[in-house]
Amino acid sequence: MVSSETAPAAGQRAKGLAPFLRSQMRNIAPFLTLIFLSAFFAFASPSFATIDNLGNILTQVSVTGIIAVGLTFVILCAEIDLSIASIANVTGIAVAYFTLQESYVNIPNIPLPGVAAILLALLLCAALGLVNALGLTVIGIPSFIMTLAMMQIAAGISALLVRGQIAYKVPGLISTLGSGSIGGIPWIVIVAAIMLLGGHLVLTYTRFGRYVYMVGGNREAAEYSGLNVKLILGAVMVISAVCSGIGGMLGVAHFGSAQQNEFDTYLLDSIAAVVVGGTSLFGGRGGIGNTIVGLFVLGVLNNGLDHVNIDSFLKILIRGVILLAALIINVYAQRLREKAAE
Amino acid sequence: MPEGQQPVLELQGITKSFGGVEALRGVDFALLPGEIHGLVGENGAGKSTLMKIIAGVHTEFSGRFLIDGHETHFRSARDAHAAGIAMVHQELSVAPDLTVAENVFLGNQPTNRLGLVQWRRMAREAGEQLSRFGIDVDPMSRLGDLPIGLQQLIEIARVLFSGARIVILDEPTSALSPPEVERLFATLRRLREQGTAIVFISHFIEDILRVSDTVTVFRNGRKVAETASAATSKGALIEAMIGRGGEALEHSYSDDLMLPRPSDSSVVLKVDQLSLARSLNDVSFEARAGEVLGIYGFMGCGQQELSRILFGKLKPDAGRLAVDGKPKTFASTAAARRAGVALVPESRRAMLFHQEPVYKNISISILDRISSLLLKPTQERDIAQRQVEQLQIRPPVVGLDLGMLSGGNQQKVALAKWLTYPPKLLVLCEPTRGMDVGAKNDVINIVRDLRAKGLAIIVLSTEPETVLSLADRILVLKRGAVVREFKNEPVSKDRLLEAA
Ligand SMILES: Nc1ncnc2c1ncn2[C@@H]1O[C@H](COP(=O)(O)OP(=O)(O)OP(=O)(O)O)[C@@H](O)[C@H]1O
Ligand SMILES: [Mg+2]
Repeated sequence: MVSSETAPAAGQRAKGLAPFLRSQMRNIAPFLTLIFLSAFFAFASPSFATIDNLGNILTQVSVTGIIAVGLTFVILCAEIDLSIASIANVTGIAVAYFTLQESYVNIPNIPLPGVAAILLALLLCAALGLVNALGLTVIGIPSFIMTLAMMQIAAGISALLVRGQIAYKVPGLISTLGSGSIGGIPWIVIVAAIMLLGGHLVLTYTRFGRYVYMVGGNREAAEYSGLNVKLILGAVMVISAVCSGIGGMLGVAHFGSAQQNEFDTYLLDSIAAVVVGGTSLFGGRGGIGNTIVGLFVLGVLNNGLDHVNIDSFLKILIRGVILLAALIINVYAQRLREKAAE
Repeated sequence: MPEGQQPVLELQGITKSFGGVEALRGVDFALLPGEIHGLVGENGAGKSTLMKIIAGVHTEFSGRFLIDGHETHFRSARDAHAAGIAMVHQELSVAPDLTVAENVFLGNQPTNRLGLVQWRRMAREAGEQLSRFGIDVDPMSRLGDLPIGLQQLIEIARVLFSGARIVILDEPTSALSPPEVERLFATLRRLREQGTAIVFISHFIEDILRVSDTVTVFRNGRKVAETASAATSKGALIEAMIGRGGEALEHSYSDDLMLPRPSDSSVVLKVDQLSLARSLNDVSFEARAGEVLGIYGFMGCGQQELSRILFGKLKPDAGRLAVDGKPKTFASTAAARRAGVALVPESRRAMLFHQEPVYKNISISILDRISSLLLKPTQERDIAQRQVEQLQIRPPVVGLDLGMLSGGNQQKVALAKWLTYPPKLLVLCEPTRGMDVGAKNDVINIVRDLRAKGLAIIVLSTEPETVLSLADRILVLKRGAVVREFKNEPVSKDRLLEAA
């Protein structure tokens, strides 16, 4: 009798592995993608798998990483922020605008001490985030539309500030963090790592982080639990804008110039990093860990394609196809999880 | 069971487990054409699991599965549908963003030769079907805007008129009021005449005895009894369900019950001339500390809206609220919670996080009491564990995802959320819906405990039994207005029904 009782139980446990793996698909798939891509490029190009190149990749994904921290909060709440790149751009331009430029730069700007310039720039991005937040929560404009409008507004402010010109100088602190390094490690990588770590800690260990997941998991239930859903949604929009702003300031320092449309590719890259990493577009699932994997997938892909010999116009298409594949996995992971829960 | 007839459906030795937990152990089940087969059992006994196997939702199990005597294995719900099996799930599974008509025809909309949906025809036919069932709604309105009971009726109607030869109803009456239940039963009997086989799950044992031909009792994943309904009684069924004498657990409330003298303790909630377009009309009442106020009425009488207003989810058009004598206008549910109001809505889906573990579901509404900045997971789990034990939630594992609990156990979690730091005013909508007799009794005891602690409690229900078993004072709501107050006087099921 005993043996007939235990036998099926053991069989159950063996069968239990498949559902477990299926339910973890969201975390496993991006990781496998990363390993596969790395192996492929290492095989295809001898210059890919080197310490130097790893440093390159890290530096290349830093700005995206900083922006993606805030975006992860937003997507976890099942919202979206399309104004991240524009806000990064306008904040980078603003910090330069308040810095004394060389005489040949023909912008009617307002030079201030470095600290003031940084604070004003931060204030600007926080304010823009607040406008997003109010539009979303008080007026009730869907975030997709609200931030689409904000994308234009921020681009408009950028245009007014630089008037088609290019500014070069930023405050010393920003310049160091954006383009300096310490002990061979670029400061910008350190800042990105600290912000990612901070985001992870907030999401995992704080009450606010729990609220973010719960609001994303079931907004109605969050409301019936007496959470202030609007406050939480508003907060993530502001967090997103501030992260974008920091990414923008450091980015400007990193590129060595501040100009219109400088960050355009960062919108797609940041969204891709978050989603490719496996954070659910439907909210409530995923996190900074996923975003980090997503950043690496993207970084390896962008960097690796430069190491192999293919038509550079084809690269754009390849990137698109790989991103599409990752998105498909993201949506399927959701379904598989639901199936595994059965 | 009549002899010599070929069952339309036969299950033999069905065993199904989730992870390590066996939900069904060697169950045999047969269904005859033209039979209404009642299914009863405690929360978590395995009723829904067996039905989901029949409906092709769960496809991994062991045992034999025969349709018309032929061994079959469904790979999906679609296969089951093609074999003529339709099911109303315990959890409402309508599409709230689609219209009523689209929901009625979900999956087989009438199309013209080009494959385009024929909207006008669909609306007309949906309207006809629903009115045959006594439902009068605009087929083009958005389903999610209707009260939950009506949504449930529409889902039932969809399944009943889908032409299936095996119809499964998993607790279909939980959100319905007596007149709708009567209409449902009449329809079921008509379908039986036409040879449809029907499975009917309910925790209302009288209903089961009244409408079904055969009753099967489940306990702990096993079938423990199967008898003709005519040959059994409520007491015997309850005993088979819980494995001990059960008469004491359930009153019939057909006799008069004496309500106590109204309490003169302090007024916790004062509602003054509350109105809301088309739902509530000049509603005024008070709820006192240490008193359970029952609000009874048929589906759509405005209960749902009233409860939402009390919790700050809806804003009234006119009228005033005061908590502890202080006037309040709740800008959000968070404001209501801070003022000491708590709500358990009638829909579990609206209240719970299915993908999150039980303990997070329980702690969510008290997190700010136990942690200011950082979470305290151990403390959270401890608190949840205490509630799980107190409410006897099964399985008693706080780390399990909520979606893995049976319907009745989920309902208990929804209540557990508010019990660690009891509010001043607890508003309960249909608190015992979907619970078995034992669990209902537990809830009754918990509510009495809370009352003794001095909470003001409002119980809103469309089931007379729920209100009668809990309330000290009863208001009857009819088309958004208070039409009768019962206090310090005899009251019974019939008197309540009459007033509504
Ligand atoms: N998806 C799932 N994953 C894990 N366990 C499950 C799942 N669904 C059901 N169970 C477990 O199987 C058992 C039977 O559940 P089932 O839903 O069949 O009960 P039920 O008889 O319908 O109860 P109720 O009256 O509360 O609806 C319970 O212990 C439940 O926790
Ligand atoms: Mg069930």
